[in-house]
Amino acid sequence: MGRYVIRRLLQMVPVFLGTTFLIFIMVYALGDPVLAFFGDRTPDDATLAAKRHELGLDKPMWEQYVTYMGNVFTGDFGTAFNGQKVTELMGHAFPITIRLTLVAITIEIVFGVGLGLLAGLRRGRIADSSTLIFTLIVISIPTFVTGYLLQYFLAVEWKVIDPAVSADANFSELIVPGFVLAGVSLAYVTRLTRTSIVENLRADYLRTAVAKGLPRRRVITVHLLRNSLIPVVTHLGTDLGLLMGGALVTERIFNIQGVGFQLWNGVLRQNSQTVVGFVTILVLIFLLANLLVDLLYAVLDPRIRYA
Amino acid sequence: MRGSTRAKWVVSAAVIALAATACGGGGDDDGDNESKGGSEGKNANSAGVVRAYWTDPQNPLEPANTNEVQGGKVMDMIFTKLMEYDPKTGEAFEANAEKITSTDSQTFTVKLKSGWTFADGTPVTAKNYVDAWNYGALLDNAQANAYFFSDIEGYDAVHPEEEGAKATAKTMSGLKVVDESTFTVKLKQKFSTWPKRLGYTAYAPLPDAFFKDKANYLKKPFGNGPYKVDSYTKGQGMKLSVNDKYALEKPKNGGVELKVYTDNTTAYSDLLAGNLDILDGLPASSLQNVETDLNGRYINQPAGILQTVSFPFYDKKWDQKKTLKVRQGLSMAIDRKAITENIFSNTRTPAKDWTSPVLGESGGFSQDMCGEYCEYNPEKAKQLIEEGGGIPGGTVTLTSNVDTGSHKDWMDAVCNSINKVMGSEKACLVKSVGTFGDFRNQAAGHEMSGMFRSGWQMDYPLIDNFLTPLYKTNASSNDGLYSNKEFDKLIDQANAEPDYAKAIKLYQDAEKIVAQEIPAITLWYQNGDAGYSDKVDNVTLDPFSVPVFTDITVKS
Amino acid sequence: MPDQIEKTTPDPVGAAGAITDAAVTGAATAAPKREKARSLGSDAWYDLRRNPVFVISALLILFLVVVSIWPGLFSSTSPNDCDITKSRHTAESGHPFGYNLQGCDVYARTVYGARASVTVGVCVTVGVALLGGILGGLAGFFGGWWDSILSRITDIFFGIPILLGGLVFLSVINSRSIWVVMGFMIALAWPQISRIARGSVISAKQQDYVQAARALGAGTGRIMLRHILPNAVAPVIVVATIALGTFVSLEATLSFLGVGLEAPTVSWGMDISTAAVQYRNAPHMLLYPAGALSITVLAFIMLGDAVRDALDPKLR
Repeated sequence: MGRYVIRRLLQMVPVFLGTTFLIFIMVYALGDPVLAFFGDRTPDDATLAAKRHELGLDKPMWEQYVTYMGNVFTGDFGTAFNGQKVTELMGHAFPITIRLTLVAITIEIVFGVGLGLLAGLRRGRIADSSTLIFTLIVISIPTFVTGYLLQYFLAVEWKVIDPAVSADANFSELIVPGFVLAGVSLAYVTRLTRTSIVENLRADYLRTAVAKGLPRRRVITVHLLRNSLIPVVTHLGTDLGLLMGGALVTERIFNIQGVGFQLWNGVLRQNSQTVVGFVTILVLIFLLANLLVDLLYAVLDPRIRYA
Repeated sequence: MRGSTRAKWVVSAAVIALAATACGGGGDDDGDNESKGGSEGKNANSAGVVRAYWTDPQNPLEPANTNEVQGGKVMDMIFTKLMEYDPKTGEAFEANAEKITSTDSQTFTVKLKSGWTFADGTPVTAKNYVDAWNYGALLDNAQANAYFFSDIEGYDAVHPEEEGAKATAKTMSGLKVVDESTFTVKLKQKFSTWPKRLGYTAYAPLPDAFFKDKANYLKKPFGNGPYKVDSYTKGQGMKLSVNDKYALEKPKNGGVELKVYTDNTTAYSDLLAGNLDILDGLPASSLQNVETDLNGRYINQPAGILQTVSFPFYDKKWDQKKTLKVRQGLSMAIDRKAITENIFSNTRTPAKDWTSPVLGESGGFSQDMCGEYCEYNPEKAKQLIEEGGGIPGGTVTLTSNVDTGSHKDWMDAVCNSINKVMGSEKACLVKSVGTFGDFRNQAAGHEMSGMFRSGWQMDYPLIDNFLTPLYKTNASSNDGLYSNKEFDKLIDQANAEPDYAKAIKLYQDAEKIVAQEIPAITLWYQNGDAGYSDKVDNVTLDPFSVPVFTDITVKS
Repeated sequence: MPDQIEKTTPDPVGAAGAITDAAVTGAATAAPKREKARSLGSDAWYDLRRNPVFVISALLILFLVVVSIWPGLFSSTSPNDCDITKSRHTAESGHPFGYNLQGCDVYARTVYGARASVTVGVCVTVGVALLGGILGGLAGFFGGWWDSILSRITDIFFGIPILLGGLVFLSVINSRSIWVVMGFMIALAWPQISRIARGSVISAKQQDYVQAARALGAGTGRIMLRHILPNAVAPVIVVATIALGTFVSLEATLSFLGVGLEAPTVSWGMDISTAAVQYRNAPHMLLYPAGALSITVLAFIMLGDAVRDALDPKLR
């Protein structure tokens, strides 16, 4: 197990470098950010050159990348254009987005697995088909439409919530945005769980469990659910990273000052240090979440043993 | 510029322009404001704090580096410059300056009012101004507003223009401290209206603390203005309270909390929900409902912002002479009235000249400048375009960034209007650019092949600010590379003319050339609009479309 | 099935891929053993024809395809013929869906918008299935170094959140034609399919009949094409069909972020993103394109479901 984990960690290195490099190139390709500082007035060449120098943009791209990555390994993620340390921005943005993601994941697990279980156990009946219809509808409406509509009705019309999340972004404020963010994934989890349950209901071990007279409750929780959750867990693992990066739209609609917000600003201002810094951390989280998921298999499925 | 007695009702003077930049449209503009005034300093208000919309400025909060409206809001709250602009009329008056005098329109003597201090208690001296201006001009500091010092003698030594050049001096030879409260400014050439510019953000003084420890100062900047910063969390917001040491009339509220929003649609919802008091720059989608939503707590008034689209004269097919009729025709093909009504719910007014109504007729604004070319006339438009040889290449593109404002909506409408006139769905095509930076790179890099947005928000309320930077040969915002010797000559004459009324007349003569040649199609004057909650009163906007924060009262 | 992980190189990420689609992969492993007379394909087809969900969604898709190819049959108004003085007017005779912000006919735009959405959905799905299928299949089949390198590359692209990538990448592009947007979507969406393809090839490779073919002296090419491909392709088809709906939706979201398709292309995504902020004044502007989009996504997902059920013998 230990060796396995070490090997996995080593394999992350090239992936990590590759992804950050790719993002770096993309942000670099956005072009020279310097003119944007001067609004509609084009400054003289000397000022432009001085500003580029100040921001370290006068070096060739590969050199910028090497310098940047070198600094990252010492914990220095650079400085945003407004003079703020990127690590400071992260210190504020990541806790918020992590809270939002936790809310979303919790919603996915509770409602997704719950509905999926219900639908699977009642296959072909009303509960099943209504779940199916519900998930189809959720998947087919773009997130930003759901977001704006929920915001308008819940916050402005019925005044159940505040339309914008405060700077503190505590858990209770994040419930509705969490639902919006979780939406599509929630529908997937529901369907995945249902499929998996239906499949496992016919498995030999389950018949055995029922045959030997175990209480239904135990059959469902220990035997059925545990085995059915493997694909769901995988999905949630990959989803974690995607949710954090995909919060772009939700965070914008609800004015949540998290990772998506910072990335959005970073891209609009063509600030490679912010964008690459945040993506670097997102990639790390994504890779670690994948590792964690693989380790979880071993827990859920005794047939899997990592050497 | 009236005398200091004015300070009393001026009180609210405020304003300012920040904008160095001026971009038209949505959030990327500038302007700032401030206010305060003079006499009764009772600040009854320690009570209420005004919660206002904000977005995070992209530059550090230094006066000479702040050229957009959001950073400008703060600058105007924490600084009061030599001159300020009346929030109602836009007229310049002495604020921190006792008087500014000159015998030859070239060398100006600035005398400061006595007894002024910065928020940290240190006095405001002539040296604070001179140091700040030298700092702003010096090339090594790469300040966005360095341009504003370029009329001062010795600027070229501290700020050479060629790429790679180094400054040969640290200070401008035209600035001299005479005593604690007096300094002189020598300009490169005569410029009679120059003192009226001094309400612009870039001309603010900087306290000694800035020069001692800049990094620390920038975390919580302070100045000689009506407010001081209590806390500033980048990306979230800023809290300001009343500056007890402020020399003019203190604000009528207890402070201002600026809240950062990513999306003004969300801010609007927050305003309706009672979590925000002031939202300036309403989302276009809310304009239809705003009156009823807010029960009349809505302001819509002229501001110094003009929206135009320019032509790329560096592109052979847009030859300045040959395409004159095409440009005139395109200008007539745009149904300004229908667009401002339907897309903007009348928060824009069809333009009749290349300036802004906030200048007033005495300041050079004119309803008759553009004439028939600004009237929608489909038949004549088509005829002119065809006489001019048709739209070059059969298709003209209209380019702008779409990351802020509602540029996409009006661009679509303008193109549809042209297409309808030409009877083709491809006569005009909208090209949206994802980021403002990219758009500026294309505009300044002369990569446009068709029309492009070239809106302007005034830096200070003078007609020259609407003409010189945009249409003078090689001027800083003349992105289409328009050039007319006659125009350049008239501008120079106007600058040197000591008589204000005569100078205005000369500027207008120059503008007439623009009206004939149409280097840019003038579209509409953008109003300042804002909505406010029922918790606040006395909300007004200055000519820069920024709320006059010092006047706002908070209901208990 | 899971024991395959011990037998092959225990590549963890690959394992994830293989198991991720446990529900789906089952099809590939178990199917061949069922009946001799019919192949998996004809078997599935037999089932599908009798499945009302399939029939309905297939008809719906057929209809959408017809609308996309010949929009002129359904609307005589041009989607770009706009009269701003009719901005946001509601339905009137001859214009059943009313007008949008620019005064264009919403019905015409809804009809003409089908083409962009259907093209994006279908082309991106095919592109992703081919690219991901081939790369993932090669990685799974050859294993070893090939696998390590291809899998790492897959991970690199997998690690970039698609919306973020879209925002950055498409901001750079000056002319965002439908091909550019589709190309981008393929470039960032293939890893998902690649992992699935790899997983199912690995599990197919372990099957007795493949071992048998090898023992009988069949060449690599023959094994790949005749034995592994037909059995590994099912999970890819299933996931791709479901993903199709999400691509249509993704195009709309990119438009919302300001980096989607551009005029003169007409697309539901563009119209929805303009209408989303106008829902109070002109709900009809949002309702029709959003409804059309949802129905399209729905049709493809239902089709995907039906195909999955048909290909998965365990669910019969």
